[in-house]
Amino acid sequence: MQLMGIELLLKGNNFLRMLSGLWVAVRISLVSVILSIGLGLIVGALMTVQNKVIKTVMRLYLEIVRIMPQMVLLFIVYFGTTRVFGINIEAELSAIIVFTFWGTAEMGDLVRGALISIPRHQYESAEALGLSKLQTYLYVILPQTLRRLIPLSINLITRMIKTTSLVMMIGIVEVLKVTQQIIEANRRTSPNAAFGMFATVFMMYFIVCWPISLLSKHLEKRWSDR
Amino acid sequence: MSIKNEILKIEHLHKAFGENVILKDFDLSVKSGEVIVIIGPSGCGKSTLLRCINGLEDIQSGKIYVDEQPVIQGSKDLYEIRQKIGMVFQSYDLFPHMTVLQNITLAPMKVQKRKKEKVEKEAIELLSRVGLADKKDSFPRQLSGGQKQRVAIVRALCMHPEIMLFDEVTAALDPEMVHEVLQTMLELAQSGKTMLIVTHEMSFARAIADRILFLDEGELIEEAPPEEFFTSPKTDRAKKFLQTFEYSKK
Ligand SMILES: Nc1ncnc2c1ncn2[C@@H]1O[C@H](COP(=O)(O)OP(=O)(O)OP(=O)(O)O)[C@@H](O)[C@H]1O
Ligand SMILES: [Mg+2]
Repeated sequence: MQLMGIELLLKGNNFLRMLSGLWVAVRISLVSVILSIGLGLIVGALMTVQNKVIKTVMRLYLEIVRIMPQMVLLFIVYFGTTRVFGINIEAELSAIIVFTFWGTAEMGDLVRGALISIPRHQYESAEALGLSKLQTYLYVILPQTLRRLIPLSINLITRMIKTTSLVMMIGIVEVLKVTQQIIEANRRTSPNAAFGMFATVFMMYFIVCWPISLLSKHLEKRWSDR
Repeated sequence: MSIKNEILKIEHLHKAFGENVILKDFDLSVKSGEVIVIIGPSGCGKSTLLRCINGLEDIQSGKIYVDEQPVIQGSKDLYEIRQKIGMVFQSYDLFPHMTVLQNITLAPMKVQKRKKEKVEKEAIELLSRVGLADKKDSFPRQLSGGQKQRVAIVRALCMHPEIMLFDEVTAALDPEMVHEVLQTMLELAQSGKTMLIVTHEMSFARAIADRILFLDEGELIEEAPPEEFFTSPKTDRAKKFLQTFEYSKK
């Protein structure tokens, strides 16, 4: 009782279950982040083109993602598609689709910002040297863009990890769900376990996200003046 | 020495930004080894002319030939022609994420597919000619403005261009750094490079030029050898322009 539920961690394989729940959350965000970065580079480049139609479509996409709560997107993909199209998308895959859909838009916007912050004479002096458009992007523009992008995208990654707590709404047993289950199962013996257990979850998120933001600060400092 | 004569030929060039006509029926012919200096008031179209020559601007009509090849914006040959044109701009345009050596060797390696060791060797030779061999591993932000511009010149030279274009390369420099950059350009001229230079440094123009072109409002107003141009300009507009560089107590 005095331990406020921490003792539950040592009971059976509870702690291990929580860790594997954490891994589910990290796995979903990791896959989504990697996909978002790849697709975001393309979407970001598309956002800078002069073509009105492409520009409008991209704006619309970004607005939809910003306006729509992630939970609604999750429900649409997980429950909606089964009903309407008769396809059954697995919960974890649904989560990855939604997180990638969201991450790509946010990432794309970051890429767009980074691309337009590169001065025009960088493009011109590369072209004046005879570099093709592709080579100009590959060797001159993208490396500078990535340097500006990494600190910003790390911020997005931590936001994603935090948001994975929503996926239990579509039945994925991640760390938060596991913790709930453990608390429920021990209601009799440890009625006050909630505080300690959720505090543990807090620590777990912290331990995952903290090094990531440290890394971002470090990179920001290292590259700030290049 | 090659006997190829005409490196650059411009015929009836017409360039406008929308309604705003910048260059009107402009003609120019530059022979191998010639050093041409273009002067004229601000906004008269000097930068635009240089940018047209290497296809950074589209043109409305007229023809530009570099080494007998037509410069056409958007054509595939443009990338090949640009290798024959070295250009140095007013703004420091080195790539900030690369060292001096990487800046210089990028285009020779990626565009001309030359061997890394050979390009690096040549780059270091060129760097030592401008007194910057010890800076080869520095990043641009660690260099002074004058050093950056000399690296930019070396970067262009390493592509073995037929002609070098300079657009007010000292305009953004502190006065004490102007000299080292102009000295580098003088040595380049003495080595026989074909050069087309835009500058506001009149004494430098006088020293380096084989021919002076005076532009005003997009037109070639006067063309003469430097001594003649500076001592007895023929047109009133040129006289007026030269007076803006002189100071006297009234
Ligand atoms: N991208 C552009 N769009 C529209 N107008 C432009 C553009 N670039 C230049 N101009 C105009 O073209 C004219 C000539 O410009 P340019 O830069 O060639 O002049 P300049 O002779 O190099 O002047 P300076 O000595 O100040 O460098 C100016 O009136 C300028 O406003
Ligand atoms: Mg200019």
